[in-house]
Amino acid sequence: MEKKEHIISILVHNKPDVLARIAGTLGGKGYNIESLSVNSTMQYEISKIVMTTFGTQETVTRIENQLQRLVDVIQVDDLTNVESIHREMILVRLNLTTDKKEQIKKAVDTNKWKVIVSADTYIILEITGDQSQIDFALAKLTPLGIADITRTGIIALNLEN
Amino acid sequence: MKLKGTQILLKALEEENVEIIFGYPGGAVLDIYDQLFKNNTKHILVRHEQGAVHAADGYARATGKVGVCLVTSGPGATNTVTGIATANMDSIPLVVFTGQVPTGLIGNDAFQECDITGITRPCTKHNFLVRSIDDLAVTIKEAFDIARSGRPGPVLIDLPKNVMAAQTEYDPANVKIRNYEAPYRPAPKKMANLLEMLMAAKSPLIMTGGGVILGKASDQLTRLARKYQIPVTGTLMGLGSFPGSDPLWMGMLGMHGTYYANMAISHCDLLLAIGVRFDDRVTGTIETFAANAKIVQIDVDPSSINKNVAVDLPIIGDTTAVLNDLLKFLDEHNYTYEAGERKEWLDQIAEWKEKVPLTYCQNGKVIKPQFVIETLHKLTKGDVIITTEVGQHQMWTAQFFTFDKPNTLITSGGLGTMGFGLPAAIGVKCAFPDKQVVDIAGDGSIQMNIQELATAAQYKINVKIVLLNNEFLGMPRQWQELFYEKRYSHTDMTYAPDFVKLAEAFGVVGLRATKPEEVEAVLKEGLALDKPVLMDFRVSREEGVYPMVHPGDSIANMSLGSREMIN
Ligand SMILES: Cc1ncc(C[n+]2csc(CCOP(=O)(O)OP(=O)(O)O)c2C)c(N)n1
Ligand SMILES: [Mg+2]
Repeated sequence: MEKKEHIISILVHNKPDVLARIAGTLGGKGYNIESLSVNSTMQYEISKIVMTTFGTQETVTRIENQLQRLVDVIQVDDLTNVESIHREMILVRLNLTTDKKEQIKKAVDTNKWKVIVSADTYIILEITGDQSQIDFALAKLTPLGIADITRTGIIALNLEN
Repeated sequence: MKLKGTQILLKALEEENVEIIFGYPGGAVLDIYDQLFKNNTKHILVRHEQGAVHAADGYARATGKVGVCLVTSGPGATNTVTGIATANMDSIPLVVFTGQVPTGLIGNDAFQECDITGITRPCTKHNFLVRSIDDLAVTIKEAFDIARSGRPGPVLIDLPKNVMAAQTEYDPANVKIRNYEAPYRPAPKKMANLLEMLMAAKSPLIMTGGGVILGKASDQLTRLARKYQIPVTGTLMGLGSFPGSDPLWMGMLGMHGTYYANMAISHCDLLLAIGVRFDDRVTGTIETFAANAKIVQIDVDPSSINKNVAVDLPIIGDTTAVLNDLLKFLDEHNYTYEAGERKEWLDQIAEWKEKVPLTYCQNGKVIKPQFVIETLHKLTKGDVIITTEVGQHQMWTAQFFTFDKPNTLITSGGLGTMGFGLPAAIGVKCAFPDKQVVDIAGDGSIQMNIQELATAAQYKINVKIVLLNNEFLGMPRQWQELFYEKRYSHTDMTYAPDFVKLAEAFGVVGLRATKPEEVEAVLKEGLALDKPVLMDFRVSREEGVYPMVHPGDSIANMSLGSREMIN
C-alpha cells in the first residue's frame, strides 16, 4: 500500500500529561511524529493537536485506533482524506552583511515577504503557507544566508464539517 | 461535613463496594494505613508489592470485580509495575493506589519519590496524579469506571501525602463523572452479512478468547455453538469460556495447541473470532493463518481489529451484546445449517482428533507432569479454580486439565509473568474461601514470589500449590533442546531449596511425591487439608510440551516430539 503523509487532528482533554500520553502511545508502538502543533480550543478544557505522520492508510488507521483508546482523547480525524487547508509558518533571521544586503532587500520586495523586525545588521521575516510554499521560500532564502530559522508544525482545518 | 483525604478514600472505596485491599505500607501511606486501622478495613498484608497486584488481579479475574491494591511511594510503587503490566496485557480491571511525596516536593528527587505515573503510562489503561483534595473523590470514581468499562484494564492513582491530609466536603451523591463506556450500537447490516457468510460456509469454526470471559458471554457463545453445531477452539485466555467436556470443544490452538485445533484453523472456511486479539503465539505465521477462511472478528476494542490479522467482517461491541444480537438475528431469520455438510466437517475433525490426540505416556518410574494434572482433575472433578505460573506446566495445564466454566483458569497469558500463580491464588481464595484453589506451579516460577507463602500462612488462606518440579526452567530448556543443540545455558535449576522444608519454614504444609504411585495419595492428602499446602511432585526432567509449532512457522506445521517417552 502507498505510503504518504497523513495529517491527524486530535481533540483532547487539556490535562498536564496528555501530550506525553499521545507521544508515548505512538513512540512506544514505533510510529514517528513528523510534525506537531498543540493549542487550546475555544473551550479551555479542550485542546487540539494536529500532527503529521508518514505511513500507509492501514498504519494510520491503526494509529487512530490506538489514540482512540486513550481516556483523554475525545476525537481523532484524519484530515488527509477530506478537503482541508494546511498552513505552516517560519521565522527567519537574515544577516545584512554588506555583500548580500542589496540581494536580500530585492528578494524581500519581489516575494512580498513580511518583515517583522528590521535592524541595522539583520532582518526577521515571517512567512506562512502550505508545505510547498514554505519549501519554495526556503529554496530562495538559503542562498541569501539564513542565520537562524524556526518552523512550526502543520496546522490544518477541514473545509466543511 | 469536612473529611480528610484518607477518610474520603475509604468512603469512596465503600461506594465502589470494595471488600478487600491487598497492600503493603510505607512512609507515604502511613496516614492511609492509620485510617485502615481505625475503620477496620479488610486488608491483606502481602510480602512484596508485586504479590499485592497479582493477588488483586487474581481476585478480579475470579470475581469479575475490580481488584484494589495500596502501596507506598518510590520502591513500593515501582514494585507494582510487573503486576500492572501483567493485568494490562490481559485486560484485567484493577485500581492501584500508590503513595507519593507531598506535591511541594514532587520533582525534587525527594526521598522515595518516583514518577510512577510516568513509569506506568504505557502499561496502565489510564493513570492519575491527584494534585488537589477536591479532585480526590471524582478521580477515584473515574478510575473504577475506567477500569471496568469497555476493554477493562488497570488504573493507577498516585496520592501525594499532603493531599491525603487535606480536608474537603464529601458527599458521594455529588461526585459526577463523564461516561467512559462507548454505547453499543447494533449493526443489523453486519448481522445480515454474517448470516450470509454462515449460509455459505461449509466448515465454520469458532475461536474464543479472553474477551468472552471478560464480557461474560460464555452462555451466549455456548448456545451459538451448540445450536448451530459449530466446533470451538480457544486461546489460552479463552479456556473455560466454552465447556471443555463438550464434544464440540477442540482444545487450545496455537503454538502448543492441539493438532486438531490447528488443522481445523487451517482448513475452516469461516472463522468466528470472538474476544481474541490474534497474538503471535496463537497465529504462527500470519500469512498461513486461517488462509482458507473468511474471518469475522467480534471485539469490544476497535484497536484489536485488523491489528495482526486482516479481517473480512469486524463487529465492534461488547461480546455479550453482540452475541445476543446475533442469536436473535439468526433465530428471526430461521438460519439452519446444511446437515450433510456439517456432518462432513465434524467427521473430518473427529478423524483429526483420532489421528493425533493429546497424549503422554505414564509408564515408567518417573512421574509425568501431565499425569499429575490429569489426576488433579479426576480428584477435584474439575470443581476448582486453577491458577498457574508460566512455563511448561502452564501449557500442560491448558492441554490436560478440562475447564468447563469461565473464570476457572487464571493465568498470565499476554505478559507471561513467572511468579503470578501463587499471589493470584491467594487473591482468588480471598474471593472464594469455600472453593478449592490450586496454583499449578513450576520450580522456577514458584521461587519468584515464594515469600507469599507467609501471607497464606498468616491469614490461613488455604491455597494449594501443585509444584511440577522438573529442576529446570523447563520451557526455555525445551527451546534449547530444539533450537540450540541441547546447550542448556543457565536453565538447570538443580540447585534449589528443599521445597517441603521451605514450606514448613513458612508455616505451610509440605508434601512430596517421587513415584507415580504416590501422586494420587499426595494430592488427596494435600487437597483435604484445611491448611495451605505445597505439594512437591518430582517429575520427569526433560519432558517436552507437544504438539509444538516452531516459532515463525505455520500452525499447520506441528512437531509432535518423540511419542516414545523415555524415562
Ligand atoms: C518474570 C519472567 N522471567 C523470565 C521468563 C521467561 N521464562 C518463561 S518460562 C521460564 C521457565 C519457567 O520455569 P518453571 O517455573 O520451572 O516452569 P517449567 O517450564 O519448568 O514448567 C522462563 C524463565 C518469564 N516468563 N517471566
Ligand atoms: Mg521447572
